[in-house]
Amino acid sequence: MTAVGATLRSELIGLGGIVERNVYLTKRYFLWDVAFMIWTIANTLTIVFIARSVHLTAAAENTLATRLLVGAVIWAFLGIIFEFMTETVAWERWEGTIEYTFMAPISRVMHLGGQGAYAVLYGLIRATILFFAVVLFIGIHIPHANFGAAFALLAIASLSFIGVGMMTSVLPLISPEKGAQLGFVAQGLMLVVSGVYYPVSVMPHWMQLISKLSPATYALRGDRASIVNGTGLAWADVWPLLIIAAFATPVGLAIFHRGEQHAKKHGKLKRSG
Amino acid sequence: MSAFAASTALSASVRRDVPAVEVDHLTKVFRRRDPKAGRFARRRMPALQDVTFTMKRGECVAILGQNGSGKSTLVRLLSTLLLEDGGNARIFGHDVFREARTIRRLVNRVSVEASFFKKMSADENLSYAARFYGMPPKVTRVAVPEILAKVGFPPDRRGESMQNLSRGMQQKVALARALLTSPVLLLLDEPTTGLDPRSKLEVQDFIREVRRTHDATILLCTHDMAEAEALADRVGLLDRGELLFLEPVADVKQRYGVQTLEEAFFAATGRAFEEEHDEDDEYREVFG
Repeated sequence: MTAVGATLRSELIGLGGIVERNVYLTKRYFLWDVAFMIWTIANTLTIVFIARSVHLTAAAENTLATRLLVGAVIWAFLGIIFEFMTETVAWERWEGTIEYTFMAPISRVMHLGGQGAYAVLYGLIRATILFFAVVLFIGIHIPHANFGAAFALLAIASLSFIGVGMMTSVLPLISPEKGAQLGFVAQGLMLVVSGVYYPVSVMPHWMQLISKLSPATYALRGDRASIVNGTGLAWADVWPLLIIAAFATPVGLAIFHRGEQHAKKHGKLKRSG
Repeated sequence: MSAFAASTALSASVRRDVPAVEVDHLTKVFRRRDPKAGRFARRRMPALQDVTFTMKRGECVAILGQNGSGKSTLVRLLSTLLLEDGGNARIFGHDVFREARTIRRLVNRVSVEASFFKKMSADENLSYAARFYGMPPKVTRVAVPEILAKVGFPPDRRGESMQNLSRGMQQKVALARALLTSPVLLLLDEPTTGLDPRSKLEVQDFIREVRRTHDATILLCTHDMAEAEALADRVGLLDRGELLFLEPVADVKQRYGVQTLEEAFFAATGRAFEEEHDEDDEYREVFG
C-alpha cells in the first residue's frame, strides 16, 4: 500500500472510531434518547395541532398540518446535527477525554466529519420516527408524498448543515462556558430566516435576502414540495445546497483550526468538571 | 497484529541518531484576569521559563515539582496540546510544534485524571481510542484484551462501565490505553496520585515492566519523591516554571550534600516541599 493509501486508510479508521464511539454512547444512554424522543413528539404535536384550530377545508387543513410537520421535523433534524457538532468539544471537555482526542493523530476533517456523519445517521432515524409518529397520531393524509426525494434532499442539505455546524463547533473551544449556548442561538437564527413554519415571503425583505444564504431554506422548500405535492428532487433546491456545502465545509474547518490554535495558545484545550 | 508487534514497527521507524527528547529554552506564559488591576486587566504568568534538557532513547526521567510548578504544562506542550511562547522542543528529531501530526503518532500519555467516557466500558473506551491511531477492529479485538491482561485488569470486568471501577482500576485502563498505541515516548503525569498503596505499587511495577519490554522513553512528572527515585534514571526539579536541576539522584544528593530529595528541594528553593503557595495556584496555570 502506498503512503497516501495507508494514511487515508488510517484516517478512515479514525472516522469510524468517532462513529463507533457515538454508537456506544447512544446504546449506553438509550433511555435518555427514548425520553427525548417522547418530548420531541409532544412538542411537534403542539405545533401541528395549530392546523386544527384554523377554520379551513379538510384538504387545506391537511396541507397546513403537513407543512407544519415538515418544518418541525427539519427543526428537530437540524437541532440534532447542530447539537452533535456544537457539543463535539463540550461533551469531551465534560467527560475529560478532550486532551486525548486532540493529541491523537486523526485529522480534524475526519474528527468533525465522523461527528457529522453520525449526527446525520442518527438525525435521519429520529426524524423518520418523529414524522410517522405525528402522521399516525394526527391522521395526516400524504398520499402523494415522495419520500425518496425528501430523504435525498435532506441528505444533500446535511452536507451544508455539517459545514455550518463546523463553524459553530468552534464556539465551545473558544468559550468553554458560553460556547455551546451560542451554537443554539445560531441554529435558531438559521431556522427563523428559513421559513420553518411559514413561507419565506411573509418575512421582511432584508430577512428574505438572508434566507437565500441558509441551507435550511432550500431543505424546507424542497421537502415540503416532495411530501405535500410529491415532486421529485428539484435542481433549483439542490444547486444552492451544493454551493453552500462547498463553501461552508472548508470555511468551517478553517475557523475550527483557528479556534484550536487559539485554545492551544491560551491553555483552553482541557477538561472541565 | 498485536499491540506489541505494532510497538516494534513504530519504534523501528524512529530515528536512532537523535535524542528522544530535546527541550530547548522552552517558555510558556499564560495571561490571566487580574481583578485587582482592573476589570479587563490581564496579568502575564510564566508557567515554564527557559527550560532546557535532553533525554536519551530508552531513558526514564522524573520531573519533580509542587502543584503549579509547570509539570503539567510541560507534558501538555510535548503532547501538542499547547503552543509555545518561546524556545523549541523536538521528539526523535521532529519539531513538536511544527510537525504535530508526526509527534502524535510517537507520543501518548497517562494523566492524573481517569479521562474516559464514564458510561462506556474499558473495552469500548480502548477500542474507539485505538481507531484514532489507525487500529482497525480486527486488530483491537486481539490487542485490547491482551493489553488489559498485561496491566492486570480482570477479564470479567472489561464490559463494565468505567464509572463502576475503582480509581486504581481506571488508572490501569489509562495505562493500557497509552500502551495500546505503542508510543515511543510515554508521558506520565502524576500516574499514581490518589491511588491506594497497593494500586500504586502495581502501577509502578507495570511502569518498570514497560521499560523492560518496550522500546519506550518515559517522562514521569510527579510530586512523589520516592516514586521518582525508584523509577527514574535521572531526576529533575521544576520550581515555579524553572528547571533547577536534572541529574541522577546520587549526583543531586552529592551536589547539595544531603541525604534525601526532600532535603535537596529545600536546599535548592529555601522552602519545604510540602509547603504550597496559594498565590501560585491562583495565578499560574494549574491543571487537573
